[in-house]
Amino acid sequence: MNSSMVIGQYVPGDSPVHRMDPRAKITIIFFFVIVVFFANSVASYGSLALFALLSVGITKIPPRFIAKGLKPVWFLIIFTFILHLVVTKEGNVLFSVLGFDVYSGALIQGVAISLRFFLLILITSLLTLTTTPIAITDAIESILHPLKKVKFPVHELALMMSISLRFIPTLMQETEKISKAQASRGVDFRTGPIKERLKAIVPLLVPLFVSAFKRAEELAMAMEARGYQGGEGRTKLRELALRKVDYAVLVLFTFVIIAVFLTRA
Amino acid sequence: MDITFDNVSYIYQPNSPFEHRALENLSFQIPSGSFVAVIGHTGSGKSTLIQHLNGLLAPTHGSVTVGDVTLQAGSKPKNLKALRKKVGVVFQYPEHQLFEETIEKDISFGPLNFGVQKEEIKQRVQETIEAVGLSSDMLERSPFDLSGGQMRRVAIAGVLAMNPQVLVLDEPTAGLDPKGQREIMDMFYKLHHEKNLTTVHVTHSMEDALAYADYVIVMHNGHMYMQGKPLEVFKEKDALNKVGLDVPEIIELTDKMNKRFGLSLEYKKQSIEELAAEAAQKLKGASV
Repeated sequence: MNSSMVIGQYVPGDSPVHRMDPRAKITIIFFFVIVVFFANSVASYGSLALFALLSVGITKIPPRFIAKGLKPVWFLIIFTFILHLVVTKEGNVLFSVLGFDVYSGALIQGVAISLRFFLLILITSLLTLTTTPIAITDAIESILHPLKKVKFPVHELALMMSISLRFIPTLMQETEKISKAQASRGVDFRTGPIKERLKAIVPLLVPLFVSAFKRAEELAMAMEARGYQGGEGRTKLRELALRKVDYAVLVLFTFVIIAVFLTRA
Repeated sequence: MDITFDNVSYIYQPNSPFEHRALENLSFQIPSGSFVAVIGHTGSGKSTLIQHLNGLLAPTHGSVTVGDVTLQAGSKPKNLKALRKKVGVVFQYPEHQLFEETIEKDISFGPLNFGVQKEEIKQRVQETIEAVGLSSDMLERSPFDLSGGQMRRVAIAGVLAMNPQVLVLDEPTAGLDPKGQREIMDMFYKLHHEKNLTTVHVTHSMEDALAYADYVIVMHNGHMYMQGKPLEVFKEKDALNKVGLDVPEIIELTDKMNKRFGLSLEYKKQSIEELAAEAAQKLKGASV
């Protein structure tokens, strides 16, 4: 078990957001990501932020936990903010720090871009926080289904995705196990000069690759032994079905989009 | 080296939905030179426990003392390298940690990290490869060309070459054939006595616990469930069964014979032949 969080690791729950059809969630997020770039006024940003925060609230996942998960991204958000403060030269000079003039336009733009960034990451991590990887791949397979007509290997792609998602935790566990074993043999991954630390990665990577290849081979063999031969004629234990909740949220989200375009500056 | 656990608790991912208490208020002492078996069902906290022994994990509460190094909850551990030099850990499936081009390099890896001199390392490599029952002609071969059992032996040699004073074994024989299991355990037992080691052996095999250990710690749900001499602990069949553990077959057999024939045999590490002779004698005596 790893104590550091992955961005948007699935948190089991029973909220309406958890129970929504993954296709509906993906559709909403897809359009949300596009619409965020059209927002340019307080009201348009506000309605998007309200929608995102409301969704977070409904999931009942502790906000502190989500914030912790976003930790690696905070740096990026703050960096963009500062970059905008320094580079943008619009509006009036508000004040100056260390010889840099900070313009009012820069402040507005910095806040807007950081907010945009934040909303993007928040809403996308909400998908993975409330949806199992399997449900996400199922949804993608279902959404891409029409491409089968042009001989696009939709099922194979979905399978590849679900296999790689399935093995992320396994590989992370493996990494942790091997790094502990090597740490016990005196490898120091955390301190010392960069060159030494880079060298310390070799005893970690080699066993990791060896076991990943072995695992892949075993999996392929197990699948063949059970007669797996692709998506032809395969049925699902859990059929995806859009329900009332999904339609309701889709309608609500349509209103949000309309609101954004009406309130654009 | 003495090992002391003082009120140790360990919590995985505290303050998150995945919070998990792996150890709770664990206290015990292992005197220097003893061979301790840690038994318990899967998920009882055995592996978490042993990771405290060389500072891979630091306690969330309480303190762990190994020799002169103390890991105190809340304070940043110092001397970790010195601790790891003294405590050798053989993890489950240790062959997964092999990575070097040759067996010799892989065995030397640990001692090299701890700053042992080249000459000394060469000598230790020779010693340990023989101790684990492999021939020193193999040293130039790649560890990845070996069979699973041989790889396991090389990995174990890599830990032994660090010349630890405390040996921690996490199911070192899992997945080996019965002969290999016995050979490896006998090797550890021999080393334990020869080098006057303190050995902590996590195992699912009650037979091993009975045969090798002079003290047994039984874990259940992160708590200390029982502790004591093997013969005492394995007397408590009902208590052990309650947490999903069995007693060694030979004790079970003695028990059954006592019940069936109304005998009062006492198992004190006799061989099966001695036990049979004892039983025969008592039965004869009863019939006369």
